[in-house]
Amino acid sequence: MASDRIFGLVTLITAVAYIAAATQIQTNFFSGQYLPKLFPIMIGTVAAISALVMIFKPDPEPEWPASSACMNMALAVIVLTLYSVLLKPLGFILPTAFAAGVISYQIFPRKLTAFFSGVGLSLVLFVLFKFFLGLGNIVAYRIPTPAKLWEAISTLIPFVGH
Amino acid sequence: MDILANLALGFSVALSPYTLMLALCGCFLGTVIGALPGLGPSNGVAILIPITFTLGLDATSALVLMTSVYYGAMYGGRISSILLNIPGDEPALMTTLDGYPMAKAGRAGDALVLSGVASFVGALLATIGLMLLAPSLARVAFLFGPAEYFALYLLAFCTLGGMASNNQAKSAIAACLGLGIAMIGVDASSGLPRLTGGNLHLYDGVDFLVAIVGLFAISEVFFFIESHGKGSSIGVTLDKVRIPWADIFSTKWTMLRSSGVGFIAGILPGAGASLGSFLAYMTEKSIAGEKGGFGTGVPKGIAAPEAGNNAAAGGALVPMLTLGVPGSGTTAVLLALLMTLNITPGPTLFTEQPEVVWGLIASLLIANFVLLLMNVPMVKIFVKILTVPAWVLLPGVTMVSFVGIYSLSGSYFDLLMMVGFGMLGYILRKLDIPTVPVILGILLGGHMENALRRAMTLSDGDVMYLFSSPIAIGFWIAAIAGFVAPMFLRKILTKPQAITD
Repeated sequence: MASDRIFGLVTLITAVAYIAAATQIQTNFFSGQYLPKLFPIMIGTVAAISALVMIFKPDPEPEWPASSACMNMALAVIVLTLYSVLLKPLGFILPTAFAAGVISYQIFPRKLTAFFSGVGLSLVLFVLFKFFLGLGNIVAYRIPTPAKLWEAISTLIPFVGH
Repeated sequence: MDILANLALGFSVALSPYTLMLALCGCFLGTVIGALPGLGPSNGVAILIPITFTLGLDATSALVLMTSVYYGAMYGGRISSILLNIPGDEPALMTTLDGYPMAKAGRAGDALVLSGVASFVGALLATIGLMLLAPSLARVAFLFGPAEYFALYLLAFCTLGGMASNNQAKSAIAACLGLGIAMIGVDASSGLPRLTGGNLHLYDGVDFLVAIVGLFAISEVFFFIESHGKGSSIGVTLDKVRIPWADIFSTKWTMLRSSGVGFIAGILPGAGASLGSFLAYMTEKSIAGEKGGFGTGVPKGIAAPEAGNNAAAGGALVPMLTLGVPGSGTTAVLLALLMTLNITPGPTLFTEQPEVVWGLIASLLIANFVLLLMNVPMVKIFVKILTVPAWVLLPGVTMVSFVGIYSLSGSYFDLLMMVGFGMLGYILRKLDIPTVPVILGILLGGHMENALRRAMTLSDGDVMYLFSSPIAIGFWIAAIAGFVAPMFLRKILTKPQAITD
C-alpha cells in the first residue's frame, strides 16, 4: 500500500519535472520547433497518469527486508560505488579483492570464506582477463599516487568533483 | 528452393571450424549460466556482451557465440528449476511446477532427460519455423512506413506490459522510464543536448548495456544479500541418469503441440517466452483434464513448458530479426548485442547481410544438436555446477559485470550509473514493476521517436496520419487489446503458484 503510493508520488513528481524540462528543450531551424519536445512530453504524460493510478489503486505491500539486511545492502552500494571510482587508480587486483570479499561476506557471513573468495576471485579473474581474454589494459596493476586517489574520490563529492 | 540456397550459405559460414568452436563454447557457457541459480538467459547474456565486444570478434562470430549462449541458457534453466525449485528466470517458472515434484519423487534423472528432449524438440521446430517464416515477414515489413513502425513499437510495449506484470499501470511506468532515459543525450536532428541537466557525461546518452547489466545482474546481488543466499542447495538426489524412452514416447504429441503454441506466443512482439511456457502448460493441463495430475510431477507437465519455452525463444527471434522489435527480455538483450555490433535488424538485414542471418540460423540448428548431446549424457557435469556456493558466484558475477562495462567506455561514470541501475532494479522488482519494459524502452526509444517524428514531418503535423493505413490501424487495435485484455483475463487465467516445501 504505502510503498506503492510513495513510489507513485515520486514517479509523479519526476514525470512533471520531466515534462517541465522537456518544454525547455532547445530547438533550432533543423529540428523544427515542436518535434524534439513532442515525444518526451508524451512519455511524461503517460508516466504521470500511470503514477496517479498507482497512488489511487495501490497493490498490497511487498515484503521489505529487515533493517539489518537494508544496512547490508546500503553498505554494498557504498562499496560498489567506491569500487567504481577506485578501479582505475588502484588497478584491478586490490579493489576487486576488497569488493568481492565484502559482498561475499554479506551473502555468507564467515570471515575466512569471504577473505578467500575475495582474494581468489580477484586473482583468477585477473589471470582470465589479462592472459586469456587479452583485456590487459583494463585490469592492469597500478601504483596510485595520492593526487590520483584524491581525484578519484573527489568525483563522488558534489560540486568538488567533475 | 530459396531457403535451401540460403541455408547452404548459412552452413558455409557456420561450419567453419572457428565458428563451430565458438558455438560449442557458447552452448557450454550458456548451459552453465542457465543452470546457476539466480543467473538466467537475460542477465547471463547481458554480462557477456561487453566482454565479447572487447574481444574484437567480428559480427557473425559474436552473434553465433551469443545466440548459442542464449539457447544454452534456455536449456540450462531447467536444471535449477528441477533440482532446486529455483527458476533461473520467469519462463522457467512453469517447469518447476511438475519438474520439482518429479525430482522429489526420486526421478530427477528422468525429469532432466525428458525436459532436455522437450527443449530440443521445441527449439528445433522453432528454428525451422524461423527459417520458413522470417523471410516472408521481412518482405511484408518492407511495406511499413513510419506510422506502422510507431504503432508496432507501441504494440510491443502494450503486449509486454499486459503480460509482464499484474498491474498495467506499473508496466506502463516501466516502459515510460525506459523511453524517458532513451531521450537523454544529444538530439540527432538539432545537434543540441536534451534532458542532460548540463552533465557532460550524459551527452552521449545512457548506454543500454549499462542499464541492462545494472537492472539484471547487479540487482540480483542485492536479492542475494537480502536472502543470505538461502535456498540454493540441492534438496534432491540424482542417481544414475537413464533415458526414459516410455515417457518421451508418451509425451510426443504434447511436445509437438506445445512447440506450436510456444512458437506463436514467441512471435507476438513483446510477449515472449514467459507467455509461451505458460500457454503451453495451461493448454496441456486443460487437454489432460482433472485426471492428468498436472502439478504432481507428471511427464507431460515437464515436457509442455520446456518445449513451449524453447519454441518461444526461437519464435521471439522472428520479430527481432525482421522488424527489430524483440519478443522477450532475452531477445531484447540480443537486440542490444546487434546494435552494439552495428547491425540494424529489420527487413533490410535479410537482403543486405544474408550471411549474418543465415549464418545465425544455421548455427542455431547446430547449437540445438550440440545442446541435446551436452544436456542428456553430460547432464551430471552441469548438476555439479549447481554446488558452486552463492558467496563465490555472486561476487564473481559482479566483478565480471564491472570489468565488462568498464571495458566499454573506460569511464567511472558508467560504473556509477550501473550501481544506480542495480538499486533501481531492486526497488522495481520489490514493487512488482517489471524491468524488461525499461530495457525495451531504452533500446527502442530512439527508433520509436524517429518513427513518430518522420510521420509528423511527412504529414505536416496531422495526427490522423498515424492511423492512415490498415496495417497501422490493425497494430493500434492489437496494442489496445493486448494492454486491456489481460485485466479481464487475469481472473480466468490465474498463474499456478510454485510449490513450496
